[in-house]
Amino acid sequence: MHIVVCIKQVPDSAQIRVHPVTNTIMRQGVPAIVNPYDLFALEEALRLKDEYGGRVTVLTMGPPMAEAALRKAISYGADDAILVTDRAFAGSDTLATSCALAAAIGQIHKDMPVDLVFTGKQTIDGDTAQVGPGIAKRLDMQLLTYVSKVRSVDLDKHEILVERRSEGGVQLLKTSTPSLITVLEGTNEMRFATMANMFRASRYPVKVWNREQAGIEDVTKVGLKGSPTVVSKVFAPTLRAVKAEIIQCENNEPKDLAVTLLAKMFTKFPKIEQEIAKRAA
Amino acid sequence: MSEVTETKKPAGKKRFELSESLKAYKGIWVFIEHERGVIHTVSLELLGEGRKLADQLGVELAGVVMGTPGETTRSFCHEAFFHGADLCYLVEDPLLTDYRNEPFTKGLTDLVNKYQPEIMLLGASTLGRDLAGSVATTLKTGLTADCTELNVDLDARSLLATRPTFGGSLLCTIQTLNYRPQMATVRPRVMPMPERDASRTGRIVEDSLGMVESAIITKVLEFIPDEMQDKPQLPFADIIVSGGRGMKKPENFKLIWDLANMLGAEVGATRPVVQAGWVDLERQVGQSGKTVRPKLYIAAGISGAIQHRVGMDASDVIIAINNDPNAPIFDFAHYGIVGNAMTLLPALTEAFKVHLAVARKAG
Repeated sequence: MHIVVCIKQVPDSAQIRVHPVTNTIMRQGVPAIVNPYDLFALEEALRLKDEYGGRVTVLTMGPPMAEAALRKAISYGADDAILVTDRAFAGSDTLATSCALAAAIGQIHKDMPVDLVFTGKQTIDGDTAQVGPGIAKRLDMQLLTYVSKVRSVDLDKHEILVERRSEGGVQLLKTSTPSLITVLEGTNEMRFATMANMFRASRYPVKVWNREQAGIEDVTKVGLKGSPTVVSKVFAPTLRAVKAEIIQCENNEPKDLAVTLLAKMFTKFPKIEQEIAKRAA
Repeated sequence: MSEVTETKKPAGKKRFELSESLKAYKGIWVFIEHERGVIHTVSLELLGEGRKLADQLGVELAGVVMGTPGETTRSFCHEAFFHGADLCYLVEDPLLTDYRNEPFTKGLTDLVNKYQPEIMLLGASTLGRDLAGSVATTLKTGLTADCTELNVDLDARSLLATRPTFGGSLLCTIQTLNYRPQMATVRPRVMPMPERDASRTGRIVEDSLGMVESAIITKVLEFIPDEMQDKPQLPFADIIVSGGRGMKKPENFKLIWDLANMLGAEVGATRPVVQAGWVDLERQVGQSGKTVRPKLYIAAGISGAIQHRVGMDASDVIIAINNDPNAPIFDFAHYGIVGNAMTLLPALTEAFKVHLAVARKAG
């Protein structure tokens, strides 16, 4: 069984700050990490490999520094790693990104047929959840999003049984391979990197593909040209013009503050008093 | 939505001319999501938003209803009319009984190609995201996820889709210029619910799916519904009492629960508190949690970081308790008390209790 796991290197969003004056992102010192949601996809792929045998190839599109994310994946136990990088990809939106990744998966498939493609449910920087479905549609693969469990794989029959989170419950789905699975967070817990794999990761020659090597002939399908969406404005959220009315009273006793607050609020917002009164009944 | 936003050039100020073939695309569509006989509220919220856009552009607002044949599915068309739709496209087929990507993608894509809407909105639910991403790729058009504001540029007849980026620190407005339809998803509770007007009617345009079961590879073997064990319903709560890191210890969260129980309110929390395991994930409010719009939101020990704010900014009245007078939460709360939440929360619980007792006597 051959599984391709698509991952992305992202800035750790928890550590991003916005410059208070210029309203621009301050990237200095913000660490680049593997998108946390992708680790669930990688671990699920590695588990299937443990159970059924086969190979796990990790794939990413990004700048040259994204190689570090692939090395991390190798240290967890992935077999091969491919970085698709080209200036032509700059400015890609999700449609253009899915085009490039789908083409690269097509190239990987030529060397060794691909049975499954795994992605995280979304990234923490874009938050769109659109690239996974996009790849599936472009490769005409069965799409299974928000999968919480891969129950079984029948390699001879090309069948796979998964649990998919949907609104209000879980769907048990049977489909055929090749298919693309976006893995839900919390599905598993990432294993520790073994010493042997860490050594392997440090020496592993990551394959670097440019646009042509990734199998993309038409340059207008990727990058800014291949992106229907354009960002027309970036701005800071506007603050409400009126600041909070700070409740104060003599001594600032908690009891007095609380009573004063309720009196002021119920006078100005009678519907809040009505809402509370409903609960008295 | 761009994955590499920072390298994008702005759309620029030069006048934009839509190509002739795309000018044929007219009207606003809202995909009406439903599961197990219940319409998803996000679809109704989107009808409210769609109505505004349709009026600005001078076009019709349509709902798209796809489902198993029968009265229930049909009733969703009427529900769409009551919430602002002028017409509904209805596709009834037994193959659409359970949600599956393949038949829904085909059905919706065919409708778009036949009737050509200029804007199509879907809820950012698990179903909506699965479907929107598939349809947009099949149609090779632009899709903007998780919008918090929708507007139109009347000159270019272009949808201005605004969404938070970098965890809510900044907002960006995204346009899909020379592609149609322009697609966007919006999370539940981000937009207000429009008034329901049961006297409204509209036309139903029926269409067929044109698919057979044997052509659909993925089969639903079973549906396992979630246990109905008092799951917190934060997005629909009228009163929420929330705590943040300023509550200092997990034991202190009892004070939050006391006030919430007294008011019959839900308990909410910030991300750090959820990550520390003080309360469960279902109660997280903010960018990576739930979006809420209660009548009253009481925030104790919450500094008001942007990631939290984007999830609760639409609350009617916000009360903030924080010992730091410079906490950002005082910039957008309606009422603030500067002080120790551990003594103020019990005082507030007591004050509400007295008020309720008086109200009961009077009532």
